[in-house]
Amino acid sequence: MRFDPAPADPLTLLRQRVHEAEGRGRRAFALFQAARHPGPLVWIIPSHAPELPMLRGLPQGVGERLHILRPVGETDLLWCVEEALRAAPVGLVIAEPSSPMSLTVGRRFQLAAEAGRTTGLMLIRQDAGSNATETRWLCEPRPATAADSTLHHWSLTKNKKGTINDWIVDWNGATAAVHMVSQARQRLEPAAAPR
Amino acid sequence: MALADARAICPDLATRAADLAREAAALASLRRWAGRYAPMVGNDGTDGLMADISGVPHLFGGEADLRDDLQARLDRAGLASVSAIAGTRGAAHALARHGGGIVPDGRLVDGIGHLPVTALRVDHDTAEGLSRMGLMRIADLIPLPRAPLVRRFGSGLMLRLDQALGAQSEPVGGEPDAPHFGVRMTLPEPIGKQDDVMAGLARLLDRLCAKLAATHMGARRVRLELRRVDRGTVTVEIGLARPMRDPLRIAALFAKGVDEVDSGYGIDALRLSAPLTEAMAPEQIGGQHGGGATIRHEDALADLLSSLGNRIGFDRVQRLLPADSLIPERSFVLAPAAYAPPETAPSHAGPSRPITLFPPEPVTAATGTPPASFLWRRMRFTTLRATGPERITPEWWFDDPAWRSGLRDYWRIETQQGPRLWLFTTPQTRDWYMQGEFA
Repeated sequence: MRFDPAPADPLTLLRQRVHEAEGRGRRAFALFQAARHPGPLVWIIPSHAPELPMLRGLPQGVGERLHILRPVGETDLLWCVEEALRAAPVGLVIAEPSSPMSLTVGRRFQLAAEAGRTTGLMLIRQDAGSNATETRWLCEPRPATAADSTLHHWSLTKNKKGTINDWIVDWNGATAAVHMVSQARQRLEPAAAPR
Repeated sequence: MALADARAICPDLATRAADLAREAAALASLRRWAGRYAPMVGNDGTDGLMADISGVPHLFGGEADLRDDLQARLDRAGLASVSAIAGTRGAAHALARHGGGIVPDGRLVDGIGHLPVTALRVDHDTAEGLSRMGLMRIADLIPLPRAPLVRRFGSGLMLRLDQALGAQSEPVGGEPDAPHFGVRMTLPEPIGKQDDVMAGLARLLDRLCAKLAATHMGARRVRLELRRVDRGTVTVEIGLARPMRDPLRIAALFAKGVDEVDSGYGIDALRLSAPLTEAMAPEQIGGQHGGGATIRHEDALADLLSSLGNRIGFDRVQRLLPADSLIPERSFVLAPAAYAPPETAPSHAGPSRPITLFPPEPVTAATGTPPASFLWRRMRFTTLRATGPERITPEWWFDDPAWRSGLRDYWRIETQQGPRLWLFTTPQTRDWYMQGEFA
């Protein structure tokens, strides 16, 4: 099986794989990725979750492509993720599993994403991810010094096909365009063991 | 008689509003029943039925016996009715509305000559003009020269007279029945294997979808009833995210339901019906501009929504639709995706909105307006920058319990800790609440 080469843009998710995002800014990161993926979007939220995406705050062109699934129970949620990943027309599947994902679940999602040629993004709690994930992002909002900037600290803490890195970006939450605040640099500190 | 006049005569008169739709439905079902007397039964106005009984009466023992049989059955059903048998449609219509009876063959002039001219299905003005001329009965019209009558009343009067007397033919047309979307299959030997049931289902689906295609309809729900040998019935029902009549794609949705069926001692009859259908025009597939790819894409998405909806419920597969309200909770609607096409949100100018919204959560230890620091979800935040206030007043025409506390001042607060939060305060009570998070 051939995979696409690692994308040139560091913030692009590798296609046909499932990725993970954690941290307070994970929903903003998911919407940023949603704006960059063409085609229908599926966002799977447990029915008991109080947080809902607000239509008028979403990036341009995301609201009308977004389908929201609100399954009851974790089993149905995982089933929905797998089914949506396996469906060819979906551009990006975003899911918020409420319990830690096992390695089996992670592997099944990867296989489903390969079968359906779909990209997935799991918004996980702290340390609730699966080892089968392609990349894991730690997303935190950052206080901005200037009044008009909304800074995000997106750090890649796990990457199966590349190096880990972190970026501070200025993304205003409206378009797919992003402004890098600091350039990627040579790592000076010793590499941490990959998780 | 006008209702006011009737009330003046009988003050206790009980009245009901006319329900034309249900009357038409009752007449349609009576028409179906009347098919036992003739192959062709049509509606005759809004209150009558017309049947072409050529060649039928001898089966009932003659015209008189047929009419007696009809009247007896209608009486037993509690329907007061008048019936007439005549050689022409016009004559039967006239006689049925003026007492009923039978006109023997070849004696139409004697049979309906004594009836008033209004029985000829002429309009009110013509009938009034005729009566002013002293022409009260149909028999009065017959010997008159035709040309002056036509010049005065138009050719419609002569046409109706000719139709009643048989000089002009007027066939009875049967009404088409509403299409019925149901097919069934009985089996000589009971079956129990899942593959066999799916094979039977595939054959039934082919027939059902051919029926749907012939009438340009698409199924929205499909129900499969499996009758077991012990007379038990198992029902498998699926919903579809949009009208559909493609046998293979519908069969795929049945796989899970059929898998869970307990076949008992075997299944010996299958019945497939589409209880809910919607109009579905034929679509062009393929095309030089890649129309085929778009349609395949939409089909695949509809299949996904169908299979998701059949497992987690169609009301849980939702779509965000814009709504015309300034209240944050009501500025969008979560609508079932299967029943609501996507809408493009109108471009919005004004204060920015958060990306996530949740029911208001109380904020404690807030100091000042806007608060310099506060506690939310057991985390302490200090304000770096505050934008606001944006005052939103409740919609007084809705009684929303969440908005009973009155108007709200919304603030966008950037914190030292990072998160950009959407807080509001109610000026009446000075309490602070958290309702959303910005990107």
